[in-house]
Amino acid sequence: MEKAEQKQKFSLKAIQDKYQEIKADTQFANDRKRWASNIKKFILGVFRLVIIVGICYVILGPVIGIISSSFFSDADNYNTMVYLIPQEPTLERYQLAIKYLDYGKTLISSLAYSLSLMLIQVFICSMVGYGFARYKFPLKNLLFACVVVMIVIPTHTIMLPLYMSFAKFDVFGIIKLLKGSSVNLLSTPVPMYIMTFFGCGLRSGLYIYIFNQFFRGLPKEIEEAAFVDGAGTWYTYFRIMLVNAIPSVITVAIFSMVWQYNDTFYAKLFLISDDIVISKKISTIQATISNVEKIYDPNIQELYLDAGVVLIMIPIIIIYVALQKYFIEGVERSGIVG
Amino acid sequence: MMKRNRKRMSLMTKRSITGYLFILPWLIGFIWFYARSLFMSVQFSLCELTVNPGGGYTLDFTGFDNYIYAFRVHGTFKQILTTSIGNMLIDVPLITFFSLFMAILLNRKFKGRTLVRAIFFLPVILNSGAILDAMELARTMMSGGISSASAEMAAASSGNGASIQYYIQMFSALGLPDSIIEYISGAVSRISDIINASGVQIIIFIAALQSIPGSMYEVARIEGATAYETFWKVTFPMVLPHIITNVVYTVVDSFADSDVVDLAYDTAFTNNNYGLSSVMSLTSTVLTCLILVIICRFIQKRTFYYN
Repeated sequence: MEKAEQKQKFSLKAIQDKYQEIKADTQFANDRKRWASNIKKFILGVFRLVIIVGICYVILGPVIGIISSSFFSDADNYNTMVYLIPQEPTLERYQLAIKYLDYGKTLISSLAYSLSLMLIQVFICSMVGYGFARYKFPLKNLLFACVVVMIVIPTHTIMLPLYMSFAKFDVFGIIKLLKGSSVNLLSTPVPMYIMTFFGCGLRSGLYIYIFNQFFRGLPKEIEEAAFVDGAGTWYTYFRIMLVNAIPSVITVAIFSMVWQYNDTFYAKLFLISDDIVISKKISTIQATISNVEKIYDPNIQELYLDAGVVLIMIPIIIIYVALQKYFIEGVERSGIVG
Repeated sequence: MMKRNRKRMSLMTKRSITGYLFILPWLIGFIWFYARSLFMSVQFSLCELTVNPGGGYTLDFTGFDNYIYAFRVHGTFKQILTTSIGNMLIDVPLITFFSLFMAILLNRKFKGRTLVRAIFFLPVILNSGAILDAMELARTMMSGGISSASAEMAAASSGNGASIQYYIQMFSALGLPDSIIEYISGAVSRISDIINASGVQIIIFIAALQSIPGSMYEVARIEGATAYETFWKVTFPMVLPHIITNVVYTVVDSFADSDVVDLAYDTAFTNNNYGLSSVMSLTSTVLTCLILVIICRFIQKRTFYYN
């Protein structure tokens, strides 16, 4: 017992001595500092890795679940021992899902629909955001408050009036004058285009807000220089300011594209056809397959739904990863920002 | 006469006209769709609406009956309204700081950054109704393993998780007030919700971080600022305008998914009580606006704009 204590004392003392010696030694001070900072970096790196991996795990969990179960065969689904990796993987779920989604055709028209709306969104919203950020005009604060109101109001609040006005669409009685009666625009995508063109599309208020914040952050000197050099208002906006705003243009473009693609609320409200909006079609695929193919087990039906969901997710993820590159590039190119 | 008029038009007037031209499309749309629809909603809330079989509808003016019904008679409206506002107030700071933190982590250069960013964006991509339902199912179907993280957290929030209970006891033994422990444990138990709700905010913050000129960091480094100082003196002030954007977005988003909206939707389309539904959505809208105005005033006072 005593011996052990002595030994410990001895070793403690030795460590202390060693520490003092190292501390007093100036010859390798730089090496030590570098070593310490390397350790620090390593620990921070591990910390970051753990956080990122952990959070990715929380996000990816259900997605992995969906992907893996979309390959399950019936036997795998009933076998409780099978977990994540199917024993007898099958592509049958995908075959049927593609068939009943009419995948290729629906996807192309759905992408064309959201892409065209996205272009309109970016064009209109950046213009409006720029107008609010750079020009002084009477009632400006009140009007900008209206933009915020537009963001804040849940779309459900104005759902019924919108439905009514597009069911009997008319502009100051002009259409009635020409055609004899007002037009019913429901069950076509036209209402969506009209609303987006007038800056009231899906979450347009948010995009206007983002652009406004961004343009406010840009230095005024750029425009002053353009003005002095004789550039007109529109030229300045399109050729100088919009180019500077590329990071936010791409941010808005990604948001707009993805949300439009995902949107089922407006699609349902305006009764837009399933063949144009793929994310509306997916909500009925489970019922369709179970009815047509006579599959009565809801657990099996869900496997088809999973396959359909995977099919819908693929293009959007590809688009995002592709745009991600431009996102970074755009930021680098407009390094003059700020 | 014309010429003189044109000459008299000052630069200010010209600029304000150009400003109006820029916002013109939106202005038309706002008046046409939003202002008019809002007016109609208010009208509905004061009336009893009956849809005619041949299309169209008739309104019977009933005064404030719908409002009185919603606040005095309706069983759950008040309770749902207060809980959703409470939840929102708890979530906003959590989501904002979490997403700023994640944006800073992701803004550094490391291997697989593109992949990680793509993953963080996933909840935003997958916010469509049908996909969300499928995800929810996948979460509950898979017992153990992957989904256990969120499932365990959910159990912890109701006080059943043994390990979490241990930590809560430890914290209270340390003398932390109960309210703080509750807040933290609540945040931990909702971590998967918070992560899923902060995709957009992270992207906005990353864009903000990348628009900070590198020269500022160079100056800070040359002047000998530590990382901590650089964050509070350079990064944070430059990101502040975007914090407002994110707070607005978070508040609106959490309200758009809240139970009040569901209740209003059900009231309109299951019970066909359009007047009452309008009352509910109008009340929650007004309250959200009030909260937003207060928060924005608070942050805007502290915001610095680069120009």
